[in-house]
Amino acid sequence: MFGFGILTGLVVLPLVGAAFILLQPGKDEASVRNVRWAALFTTLITFALSLFAWGQFDIGNPGFQLVEQKAWMGSGLSYKLGVDGISMPFVLLTTFLMPFCIAASWDSITTRVKEYMIAFLVLETMMIGVFCALDMVLFYVFFEGGLIPMFLIIGIWGGKRRIYASFKFFLYTLVGSLLMLLAMMAMWGVTGTTDIVQLLNTSFPSSMQKWLWLAFFASFAVKMPMWPVHTWLPDAHVEAPTAGSVILAGVLLKMGGYGFLRFSLPMFPEASQYFAPLVMTLSVIAIVYTSLVALVQEDMKKLIAYSSVAHMGFVTMGLFSMNTQGVQGAVFQMVSHGLVSGALFLCVGVVYDRLHTREISAYGGIVKTMPLYAVAFMVFTMANVGLPGTSGFVGEFLTLIGAFVYNPWVALVATTGVILSAAYALFLYRRVVFGPLEKPALAGLKDLTPREIALLAPLAALVIWYGVQPGAILNACAASVQLLIKNYEAALAVTKTAALALY
Amino acid sequence: MTSLSLDIAHSLPEIVLAIGALSLLMLGAFGAGKRDWIITEAAIVVLGIAFLSMFYPIADKALVWDQAFIDDNFARFMKTLVLLGSMTTLILSREYMARHDIDLFEFPVLVLLATLGMCMLVSAQSLIALYLGLELMSLALYVIAAFHRDDVRASEAGLKYFVLGALSSGMLLYGSSLIYGYAGTVSFTGIAAALQGDVSIGVIFGLVFVLAGLAFKMSIVPFHMWTPDVYEGAPTPVTTFFATAAKVAAVAITVRIIITAFPGVKPQWQQIIVFVSILSMALGAFGAIGQTNIKRLMAYSSIGHMGFALVGLSTGTEQGVAGVMIYMAIYVLMSLGAFAAILSMRIGDRYVENIGDLAGLARTNGFMAFVIAMMMFSLAGIPPLAGFFAKWYVFLAAIDGGLYGLAVIGMLASTVAAFYYLRVVKIMYFDEPARPFDRVNWEVTAVMAVMGLIVVLFAIFPGPFVAASAQAAAKSLF
Repeated sequence: MFGFGILTGLVVLPLVGAAFILLQPGKDEASVRNVRWAALFTTLITFALSLFAWGQFDIGNPGFQLVEQKAWMGSGLSYKLGVDGISMPFVLLTTFLMPFCIAASWDSITTRVKEYMIAFLVLETMMIGVFCALDMVLFYVFFEGGLIPMFLIIGIWGGKRRIYASFKFFLYTLVGSLLMLLAMMAMWGVTGTTDIVQLLNTSFPSSMQKWLWLAFFASFAVKMPMWPVHTWLPDAHVEAPTAGSVILAGVLLKMGGYGFLRFSLPMFPEASQYFAPLVMTLSVIAIVYTSLVALVQEDMKKLIAYSSVAHMGFVTMGLFSMNTQGVQGAVFQMVSHGLVSGALFLCVGVVYDRLHTREISAYGGIVKTMPLYAVAFMVFTMANVGLPGTSGFVGEFLTLIGAFVYNPWVALVATTGVILSAAYALFLYRRVVFGPLEKPALAGLKDLTPREIALLAPLAALVIWYGVQPGAILNACAASVQLLIKNYEAALAVTKTAALALY
Repeated sequence: MTSLSLDIAHSLPEIVLAIGALSLLMLGAFGAGKRDWIITEAAIVVLGIAFLSMFYPIADKALVWDQAFIDDNFARFMKTLVLLGSMTTLILSREYMARHDIDLFEFPVLVLLATLGMCMLVSAQSLIALYLGLELMSLALYVIAAFHRDDVRASEAGLKYFVLGALSSGMLLYGSSLIYGYAGTVSFTGIAAALQGDVSIGVIFGLVFVLAGLAFKMSIVPFHMWTPDVYEGAPTPVTTFFATAAKVAAVAITVRIIITAFPGVKPQWQQIIVFVSILSMALGAFGAIGQTNIKRLMAYSSIGHMGFALVGLSTGTEQGVAGVMIYMAIYVLMSLGAFAAILSMRIGDRYVENIGDLAGLARTNGFMAFVIAMMMFSLAGIPPLAGFFAKWYVFLAAIDGGLYGLAVIGMLASTVAAFYYLRVVKIMYFDEPARPFDRVNWEVTAVMAVMGLIVVLFAIFPGPFVAASAQAAAKSLF
């Protein structure tokens, strides 16, 4: 339409929904209901459109597909969208999780519903844009633009320390991103283009690569988040409303990993190889250290937040091992973690809506009053641990193989993280679900409502489905990952020959 | 065309402004009496005609009035911004002036005279023309800063601005005389021709003094001290005028004199510009953190933004100049939006200026809160808002020119600055509502709506247009 393609439709649709909601009065109960339904429909239609895009997508083709391009802002920038096997799963993940976020906020958000839904829809636009953008500046615009709605979501609808958390989230991310922006400018200075496809085929001088890599690393490491710049995440997670945590863990964290795959690894192969030991070290520390920290948490959301940092450690480890298993495993782990951690935050939201506390000690023995909930929570806890048969296992296993090929010691230390994750996850589960039902507040708890079942059931089904049928995701990204690794190795071979030629 | 008619054709906006200002002065002095508001309307029309007169079909570039006055695309771009600032100032001033009983006809006339000075400044091509324009602008500004003469703060602001401004004019004159002494000419191109190869220390001395005088007008650190006090004390429409039109004119002449008169001493001026730019960005960022008065906050913010604009100039390249022009265009739009919002802060018929008065605005006046929030995010440089593109173009030039240190420091400063912009958003959106504001009149609402739309949709329109015209216009300086 108007020379635009499906991807533009994906980016614009949520905005259309937001504009429609903006026109609603949003004052009385009836119009608030309209707002909620409008938001849900918008996200569902967007999801349907992304499925259509998936139908058009050829998984055998490693290059960019559904590409559309328009000149923008004069001076060489372009509005260019496209997806390949690496970005397509993330687009689907985003559009898939959004209806859950809207539905999860159905009853728990009662103030300023209109603004809330608008913020979420704008956020969806930004997230889809990040994964579709094929122009560096466009990527940056979407990457940073998402900060504004997320800042408002945490700050307005968050918990007690929401203001601290929202500022920390915003400023942390901003520092990293601005350095990335400078690196983008430097890349423009060398190549004269901001087109990602062209930049992928450019080899930057090796002295420059290191600086550029570090600047990009500053941004993606914060976003990921990697130890030691992860401290914004527990705060943001704890204070955000349930849906905010879901989207934060499910999609926003994946932007860091996606950024590594899109920029750092293919564009700066030498620097990536040079810095890989650093990334591996940080990843392993993240896996072990944050798992230990998770063990002692008293707050359910904080525990899951720390476990997210640990799981993201597996992702960076897989990515920088730079072999098929590692990278595919990392992509899989990101998608799987998006589903699992999103679902875990929804589970916390379920009990939080009833008791309005996230203290683990306030719970105990709720299996007796909420058996269905206990089942759902069990599935996701097991997936978080990485039990075979759930999607969590596939990702962790593949990244560990990748790391083992890279360096067995890395894999050895990282594997202890799996044990620790079992410890904290099961410990959480035991304290919340099992044990004697002593607290009077827990006695009258109602089990899952149909709405909550509708929220958790599809996620549980997918988690188990991907656990036994990981091919769906792995095949989707296989071709693109192969191409990535081939180019990476070719680039390294070239520099090696060049270095040898000097002697 | 004869030489005189050519001269006139190329300075039509200035002539329109001069005739308009003088006739309105006569009309005010001998005419209407109680109908002073008509003068404001008429002044807006005069500014509009001055703007339209720039489209009179003549050559793209011409040196007229005995080589002292240049009419080129750079000047036209900057004059457009100046006129936009003046016009919006007058639109915004109506209600404020009336409520303070200072809606006298002198105000629009003085604004017109100041605008005339600014336009002459933008087009100045010799040191004498520069001084003429600068003084015409400054003298009018001194008066309107103290326009609310029964108000202690306004009188203080006017006096402070006058004393410090006179000092800076003195420095500028001293510097000009040194440059004239060593170069033997007052024309910018003549100076450029004279300053080739090894230049004597006296010229550098003169350059430093000239830049100091101009830095004062731009409110660049270390000549920024007047800014917070004057911004706070002057009537808010006057502050708007200072923050927009006056800044544009000062930046424009700084760019012009540096690029046309001193290309031969680039290493010398570059270190000055880099140094003051870093200081301004840092002071703007840190100074604003503790402010509780929103006009003072905007003052520090403007100091910081001038620092960012100079990042573009510091490279001395065509790309950098285009960056400065885009930066100023966006800065003017954002400032006008922000000041329109400040002019809507009225509780119980009194104008308030504390940031705390904005508490919970999102719930009492969602539209206004949204506009302010977008202005703040944009001032902080968050995409996809206009402010991001402003930063993009200046820092692009800096990186391209190899000024990596400057760029990194600038980026860090802008993170610090983001903190206080976010604080305003936080107060409006996260805090509990305080007393609601009075109804905002339609003129101010319209300005807010237009500026808000432009800032939010900048990436689609008018961003591409502004960027393209700035890049085209920057060519005229090289």
